[in-house]
Amino acid sequence: MKMTGAQIIIECLKREGVEVIFGYPGGQVLPLFDKIYDSDIKFILPRHEQAAAHAADGYARATGKVGVCIATSGPGATNLTTGIATAYMDSIPLVAITGQVKTFLIGNDAFQEADVTGITRPITKHNYLVKDVKELTRIIREAFYIASTGRPGPVLIDIPSDVQQAETEFIWIDQVKIRTYNPTYFGHPGQIKKAAKLISQAKRPIIYAGGGVIISGANHELKELAEKIQAPLTWTLMGIGSFPATHKLALGMLGMHGTAYANHSIMEADLIIAIGARFDDRVTGRLDAFAPHAKIIHIDIDPSSISKNVSVDVPIVGDCKNILGQLLEEIKKSPNTSDWLKTVESFKKKYPLVYKNDDKIKPQYVIEELYDLTKGEAIITTEVGQNQMWAAQWYKYAHPRTFISSGGLGTMGFGFPAAMGAKVAYPEKQVFDIAGDGSIQMNIQELATCVCNKINVKVLILNNGYLGMVRQWQELFYKKRYSHTCITGPDFVKLAASYGALGILVTEKDQVRPALKKAIETDNVVFVDFRVEPEENVFPMVPAGKAINEIIGGLA
Amino acid sequence: MRHTISVLVENKFGVLARIAGLFSARGYNIASLAVSETLDPSISYMTIVVEAKDESVLEQIKKQLNKLIDVVSVTDFTKKEHVDRELVLVKVSCIMKNKSKLQKILNKYVGKIVQFKKDTAIIEAVGDQAQIRDLLQELNKFGVKELIRTGRIALAC
Repeated sequence: MKMTGAQIIIECLKREGVEVIFGYPGGQVLPLFDKIYDSDIKFILPRHEQAAAHAADGYARATGKVGVCIATSGPGATNLTTGIATAYMDSIPLVAITGQVKTFLIGNDAFQEADVTGITRPITKHNYLVKDVKELTRIIREAFYIASTGRPGPVLIDIPSDVQQAETEFIWIDQVKIRTYNPTYFGHPGQIKKAAKLISQAKRPIIYAGGGVIISGANHELKELAEKIQAPLTWTLMGIGSFPATHKLALGMLGMHGTAYANHSIMEADLIIAIGARFDDRVTGRLDAFAPHAKIIHIDIDPSSISKNVSVDVPIVGDCKNILGQLLEEIKKSPNTSDWLKTVESFKKKYPLVYKNDDKIKPQYVIEELYDLTKGEAIITTEVGQNQMWAAQWYKYAHPRTFISSGGLGTMGFGFPAAMGAKVAYPEKQVFDIAGDGSIQMNIQELATCVCNKINVKVLILNNGYLGMVRQWQELFYKKRYSHTCITGPDFVKLAASYGALGILVTEKDQVRPALKKAIETDNVVFVDFRVEPEENVFPMVPAGKAINEIIGGLA
Repeated sequence: MRHTISVLVENKFGVLARIAGLFSARGYNIASLAVSETLDPSISYMTIVVEAKDESVLEQIKKQLNKLIDVVSVTDFTKKEHVDRELVLVKVSCIMKNKSKLQKILNKYVGKIVQFKKDTAIIEAVGDQAQIRDLLQELNKFGVKELIRTGRIALAC
């Protein structure tokens, strides 16, 4: 059957199982939007292209499916880039479709022209410029395949408007095959044997779980392994939710704002089993002082993540879920870790995660109350900075894909549109964006999108009047010289009301719980403005460049 | 230390930019780069000479290259038996009466005079790294006016 490029795009998206598109129209995607008009795929129009990318990302993180966003050429596409880079750093499957000026105008500095494949090359897993409508089906198929397999990531397809208008025979491709792209999914049996042997001989093993566990859906295998070998388990920011936080082997997050007991434990370990994590600088602190006694088993689907920052004893390339399955079969003898678990327990007692819960509104208290009311069953997104770290530390996540945060890129303005994407995926779930008064102002226009589409996201603003994390660094390392970190905002209650959402102001501690309850019960978008203690810091903290057991703060 | 690697890539537009972009984004240095089609016109062959301060950097470069979707394969010649060559064109000062002296030097190498005009000779020479280095040293006494090199190409044995 003959179809136009635009029809082919819609047909391919349907066949790829796309349920929702986040997109913004413009001159060079007019042919495509004309077909979207007739299509039954759900379409959400955000108020800024950046939010389209973050929302598609939030949808992808919440579901594990590929998120789809669309923007026009030039500024539409460049507005997507922050969202694409965010997804790239956290290995999130995304397909971004951008319009481009007509093929014969490319390179002519035409109106709204930008070299989008050039701009996005370092922030996509792969990208395409479609010059011939006959290539369109294959390219869209490949894009979804590349985005969702191996180490996932964003793929961008740049489609000139004349290609959207051109006609060709539509021929679906059943099986995608790319000769140069064959990810490894199963661990090498020899490496599995070596790893199993190291595990059996270990005296002080620790599991260090990252986002790869969640991406591969390996949380059950992870729990089985931890319980089988009785190893304490710590996670990265991206690994939050991979293991129940209330489990007795759970140590919480490690690294710069990790629990002190997780950091002390990994420094004492004689074996680190790293699963889908990448030894990022926020985790390891000073590299040459990191875990000096430990041998390292590193499981990751991306060979370039292995031995990048730390040298590894047993690398295993493959999918976490498969490899954990292989390992569980191979481990015949579990190590005796009872003494080690006692040591770890003593760290927990000696260095607990604490804050001074006085009569002021402490941000940590707000999050603890939220946990108490939702019992770990909500989806939490975050902005970036103090709000993000407190959300990571104080909410006890029970399930994978319930903590959605920009880990690698650290993008302020991510949380609100990401919450929107997650809520579209799971309308029946409670979705909260834990925000700061700085971050929320970076994509606050999405109030309109949420109200208009009845995407009832609840935004909890930990309002301290500062760009809190930067202010914290200025306090600790720049002699309290608060250079441009004091920030004002609107009256969030009135602002919410002007969009048709509900705004709640909380100025007293005893209003916190009722306000959260009200937010949960309200069948509308809610902004809660918590006037928290302005100069509260995130502790514990490992200063940049220090070993991760050189911790400041955190003791009551 | 310098390492020679070859990269087989899909012969598509933008691939060279991907490779070059990867090197600049990750702070790796390219000493030379030569690209051409292979027997299979859908595949291009790149020979890249890279600076890597240690083995782990070289490892990362290879892994990152392999990660690119358009890369078919990466071969590291560091510990592999291989032949490598480079072509140079050198413009040297040479008056007629010294031509035979120049010719004598060139006879020791795979080199010849391709053009001779007044007091200038253009020399073409092919060789491995050491041969080219030695030749250029010998040519120095004539006075090298201009020099252009193709960059290394290499083939595994």
